[in-house]
Amino acid sequence: MADEIVRQYVDSASTTGNVTMSVWRGDAGGGGFVEYELEAKEGEVVLDVIHRMQATQAPDLACRWNCKAGKCGSCSAEINGKPALMCMTRMETLPTGEPITVAPLKTFPIIRDLVTDVSYNYEVAKRIPSFNPRPKTNDELKAGGYRMAQIDVERSQEFRKCIECFLCQDVCHVIRDHEENKTTFAGPRFFARSAELEMHPLDVTDRRAILREEQGLGMCNITKCCTEVCPEHIKITDNAIIPLKERVVDASYDPVAWLGRKILRRTKASATEARATSLVSGPPAVQPDTAVRGIPTAVAE
Amino acid sequence: MTTLEDAKVTPVVLGGVRGGPSVPTLRKDRWWIQPVFTVSVLAAFVAYATWAAFVNNNYFVGAAQHRDLISPFYSPCLTATCVPGSHPGSIITWWTISPALLILIFPLGFRLTCYYYRKAYYRSFWWAPPACAVSDAHGSYSGESKFPLFFQNIHRYFFYAGLVFNTILTIDAIVAFRQPGDGLGFSVGTAVLLINATLLWLYSLSCHACRHLCGGGVKQFSAAPIRHRIWKTLTPLNAKHMVFAWMSLVFVALTDVYVRLVASGAIHDYGFHF
Repeated sequence: MADEIVRQYVDSASTTGNVTMSVWRGDAGGGGFVEYELEAKEGEVVLDVIHRMQATQAPDLACRWNCKAGKCGSCSAEINGKPALMCMTRMETLPTGEPITVAPLKTFPIIRDLVTDVSYNYEVAKRIPSFNPRPKTNDELKAGGYRMAQIDVERSQEFRKCIECFLCQDVCHVIRDHEENKTTFAGPRFFARSAELEMHPLDVTDRRAILREEQGLGMCNITKCCTEVCPEHIKITDNAIIPLKERVVDASYDPVAWLGRKILRRTKASATEARATSLVSGPPAVQPDTAVRGIPTAVAE
Repeated sequence: MTTLEDAKVTPVVLGGVRGGPSVPTLRKDRWWIQPVFTVSVLAAFVAYATWAAFVNNNYFVGAAQHRDLISPFYSPCLTATCVPGSHPGSIITWWTISPALLILIFPLGFRLTCYYYRKAYYRSFWWAPPACAVSDAHGSYSGESKFPLFFQNIHRYFFYAGLVFNTILTIDAIVAFRQPGDGLGFSVGTAVLLINATLLWLYSLSCHACRHLCGGGVKQFSAAPIRHRIWKTLTPLNAKHMVFAWMSLVFVALTDVYVRLVASGAIHDYGFHF
């Protein structure tokens, strides 16, 4: 079987020209770029060439991959300096006549070669307040009793397209160039997650204070790199981060709202409570379903 | 226990050694073109706007030329020093220098705190970062979370002020149909003022704060159908915010240039009257 795969890669390459791949090899102890000259076939993606490299010249090259269809988010790397999925970057889109560099994600610790340890993201995921639905009404307890309107589904559906490739986290200069910010900054992937929950009609957790105080939303300076690299074309900045920033402004930086709270003698806590209560359309019949409440944040390997 | 409390117990632990080369960037494309373009255009605009604001002349084409055209840099002209005919009344009498300086604070504030321009100047002028996957030029970084940059959060108030100015400039464009001595008419100047007002409206209506205030802040769209409809209408405009930002910026300067050339007698404002 293995021989067959090797033969397939060797044979398929015979129809096209040579490319020089400059691949970073090394681990936490150090490393450097190693050049490999090999053939690439028309229509191939970078991951195809990396696989051919493993099959023919560098069997010990470490590279994480899985679906080869842009859906698992495993093969993130920096190709010619740009964070991208290797399986979604066609060779013909890269300049010819010069080596194509493939490096590991810069923002995360190296394991070996092109494989990085992205567990930082899983730690951040644990800090995101999970889905917290309001109590169900008696009508909603019946099967199909609550129907979410399509326009509400569509709004958060965009963020659910995320494949957790963490390219947005990698490119974000807040942590890419400032390691120390990792303790106080959630990053674009998790702002999208918060936006998804914040825009869910049933969720009652007010995330605005935690976004500002603990997840470092204010550190984002909207340079839109996360949007530029997203392979799912999620408009992270326009549809998640900026709407969240505006919601934080509503809560913390709006002098008119502040004056209103003062005049009406409403504290932030009571305003938050009122905001959550106003979302309850009917009298609660039961306590929140504990089986639904506190759904762990999904993480992808 | 709420989920919010649950979320506070997991600290992020730093550690590990980064791989890859220690170079500012591995990008091979011409990533520097965008910052260079942004710096060039914004610097040219700031230089021109500063000169036009301080020069304090040739901003109004009045009855002597059978026209009623005012530069957007000087409208509304509210000080006692305004050219006769260019203002509704001398509301501010103690201001003796250029009236443009009173006005430009608001559009300047609107553009300075605009989400698009923030991206543009953080990248191009502040190099934080100069381009995606190109190293930040600063040793430490706190973004917009501390003084003075948290003032970026007042963007919506400049947006409100911008609406007032847009209304005034729209009135100016309508008044430009008036040709003193000839009745009503239409000229190149009228078209210029109309296009300018239109672009400024498009820039304002495509603003992210506008999108939020009109409907984006709603938790449940299905419970607020009118606001959802407004939000849905504004969303395609919002996607073109950058385009409108540049077009309106360049055209507002061109409008001033045109009015200035006509007012100084360098060119004639061609048109017709009904």
